[in-house]
Order: sequence, then C-alpha cells, then structure tokens
Amino acid sequence: MKPFAYARARNIEDAVGLLRDNPHAMCIAGGTTVVDLLKEGVFQPDLLVDVSRVAQDAIAVFDDRIEFGALARMNDVADHAQVAAAFPAVAQALAASASPQLRNMATIGGNLLQRTRCVYFRDLLTPCNKRVRGSGCSAIGGWNRQHAVLGTSDHCIAAHPSDLAVALVAFDAHVQIAGAGAARAVLLTDFYSEPGETPDVENTLAHDEVITGVVLPRSAAAGHSAYLKLRDRASFEFALVSVAAGLSIADGLIAHARIGLGGVATKPWRAYDAEGALIGQPANERTFKAAAEAALAGARGYGHNDFKIPLAQRAVERVLTSLVAPT
Amino acid sequence: MKMQAAPTTVEIRLVVNGAERRMSVEPNVTLLDALRDRLHLTGTKKGCDQGACGACTVLVNGRRVNACLTLAVMHDGDEIATIEGLGSVDNLHPLQAAFLKHDGYQCGYCTPGQIMSAAGLLREKRDLTRESVREQMSGNICRCGAYPNIVDAILDVAGANDKA
Repeated sequence: MKPFAYARARNIEDAVGLLRDNPHAMCIAGGTTVVDLLKEGVFQPDLLVDVSRVAQDAIAVFDDRIEFGALARMNDVADHAQVAAAFPAVAQALAASASPQLRNMATIGGNLLQRTRCVYFRDLLTPCNKRVRGSGCSAIGGWNRQHAVLGTSDHCIAAHPSDLAVALVAFDAHVQIAGAGAARAVLLTDFYSEPGETPDVENTLAHDEVITGVVLPRSAAAGHSAYLKLRDRASFEFALVSVAAGLSIADGLIAHARIGLGGVATKPWRAYDAEGALIGQPANERTFKAAAEAALAGARGYGHNDFKIPLAQRAVERVLTSLVAPT
Repeated sequence: MKMQAAPTTVEIRLVVNGAERRMSVEPNVTLLDALRDRLHLTGTKKGCDQGACGACTVLVNGRRVNACLTLAVMHDGDEIATIEGLGSVDNLHPLQAAFLKHDGYQCGYCTPGQIMSAAGLLREKRDLTRESVREQMSGNICRCGAYPNIVDAILDVAGANDKA
C-alpha cells in the first residue's frame, strides 16, 4: 500500500469537508473493498477519511418504507425481521452476499459503491478504461467469462458485482446523498451510469458527496419477492447471474411486477421491458417465458460469457415460477 | 476534525484478549499485520491477504471479521479477540477441544481462523444445522478439506450451547 494520511470523521459534515479540501482523499467505512484495492494499487489516495465511527447505521421502519443508514452493516440488515418480511428479495440478496465475516464488516453504502471484480481492473499491468480512461479494454477479446452482456460499450464490459443493489433497484430504492450543497435523494437506478465512453464514471456521486442512507418503499410486489443467485460455488462467490423479482396478482392477472438482474450488466439492471411483458397477463409459463426473453432482448455476448444470456433467461423464468408456486 | 498533514504514524490503543496494548502505527498497516508483526500474536494467520480465505479471522467487539481487510488505525479503543485469548493448552476452549476430538484439521494453518469464525458464529446464530453451519462457515477455506470434521466439531459445541 502506498503511504497515505488518515483522518477520522466525527460526522457527515466533517467527512464532506475533508473530501472537499483534499482532491485525492477517499472514504473508508467497512474497508472490504477499499483495503483490498489499496493493496492492489488500484486506489492510491493521499488521505483516507474514516467514516466508520459516524453514527449513521440505524434501520428505521415506517408504515410506507424502511430506511437504512449508509453505515448499517450488511448482516444487520440481512438479519432484520421486518426487512425479511417486507422485502424478502433484499434480505435474501444480502444473505447470499460475500461471507459472514465480510457481511459483519461491509456497510450498505459501501456495498452500493463497491467496484467491479473484472480481473483487468484489478491488474495494473493491463489496460483498463475503468481504471485509466482511454487506456483500452482488455476484457473485450480477452478473458470475459464473468463479464456483462447488458449495458456494455466498446470501452467497458465489466459487470457490477453487488447483489444488494440488484434487489434495491428492482424495488425503487432511493439513495440519500449529502454534500457541500443541499442533501438530495436519487432513484438508485438513476444513481448508476452505464460505461459508455467514460467507464471510470460509475455513478452520480460527486467527489465531496457521501451516501448517507437508503430509502426502500413498501409495495405489494416487494412483499412477495425472491432473489435467485447462480454462481460457480454454493456460497461465498459473486453471481454469474442473479435475479430479484416480485409480483402481485389480482383476479388471476399480474398487477405489479418488478425485475432486477445482476451478474449480467454493467450496472444493477432494472428490466423494465420484462416487467411490461408481465403486467395484465396471466401468471403462467408462457407469460414468464416472454418476460425472460424481453429481459435479455438487448443482450450481447463477448465469447466466454455467451452462456449468460440463456442462463439469465432461465433464471428469470425460475424465479417468477417460484413466486406463483403453491407453498 | 483531526488530520495529519503528511503520512505519519498514529497512536492507537487496542484491547487485545483483555489486555490494553498501545502502539504507534502507520495508517496503511492492517489489523492483521499489527497483531502479528507488532504484538507478535502469530496465532492469527495470513493466508490470501484479500478477504477470501478467512485464516485471519478475529473478533472485533465480539463480531468476526477478516483482520486483513481492515486497518489497525481504525480500531482505536476496540476489543480484539484472537486465538491466543480463547483458551490455553491446559484449559482448552470448548471449540478447541471439539476440533481435537473431531480431528477438524490436517495441516492446521486455517485452524485458528476456523475456530475464531466458529466462535463468532456461535454468538450470531442458534439452532444450527449441518447445512447452516456449512453456509455460515463459507468464509473459511480449508485446503486440506477437513470440512466434514470441522462441521462436526462446531455442531458438537452448538448442541452443548443449546442445552445450556
């Protein structure tokens, strides 16, 4: 690790001030991504702003929503009974993330800002547009079995690694942000950007802004939801494909539908077209197959990851089927 | 707002296995390296050094974490529990005795991390099953493949805890 200075923020204003005054500063909370990438040399800050002691970790339950502080630990949210009841897919996505040790350390805000697992992003000896803008993409034409098939560009095909964010975008979560100006809240789907020509820009967070929390609105579809994660081993592995889905059914027809995809896209992916294929239709195999095809309609494989397209379609069908299966 | 003008050392106080330990560390020293190289508590192992193997598992304020993925400077005032504080040769912790009884290791390198992770797990969950122990111990890799015996050892202690 390159040497850096250290400062402990006492509160949000403190953290924002330190970031604003130091263009090469970055925050650390749980540390599970930051320490890893400091060791790899991918992160080389002059100053590390430790926000881990800022009191911003509450989980607050309201009639119409649940809010998590950005510093709530993943395990604390995963084990929260009312989260599991109102948002099964969110609790399941958290429980399927990383390892128990990492979930005890990693925060909700940090999870949303975690960086891709693309091997070239982590390898300073190879070109990577996400690490060094304009240097090239080693994954296109390289080893790309783990990479994205949705939201890619000629500059980057790195997949977003979060499970939690997939479930959150599916259920219209907002992320709360504080900075030098007025506090703001952004729909999480809009918070993230596709790589386009600037893969190094992954979201709308400014250098001197921090995530302070997540707002998750209750809905019928969120209350009847599930998360399916497919990976190379049964536990402690990133997703090859994941699906967060929720349905509400009235008079035999699908009234509301929510679908998020992970492991296959450059950002946590909201499959609006698939949802459109479900609304107003009977909840049966034919409808689910049409939705699965719509979800991957714009997908493009890069060789090693071609298998993700049919795998993701089958995963969508499987989750939707599970939601209407007699229990 | 406390800020160092340039990279320098920071004075910290850790409570390690119940004893207060003061030291001066550079901000880029991990908790793992502080325990092993500064305090010479080498029971906590360095395996992958990137959070993938669990050999460095310790308890921080009672919760199991990977000591390789956190910085010592972030733990001023925290209580750290390592394998050295869990039991002694003459007075084994129940998990240590159970790992012996069930032969829950071969080479032994991952064992301190396995036992500290299991100690954390027993604080987190009750009513453990073989399946849930396997899932809840997935952060600890055993290259020798002693997994069935590790699960047996943990279930043995968990069963005793449930009866208590």
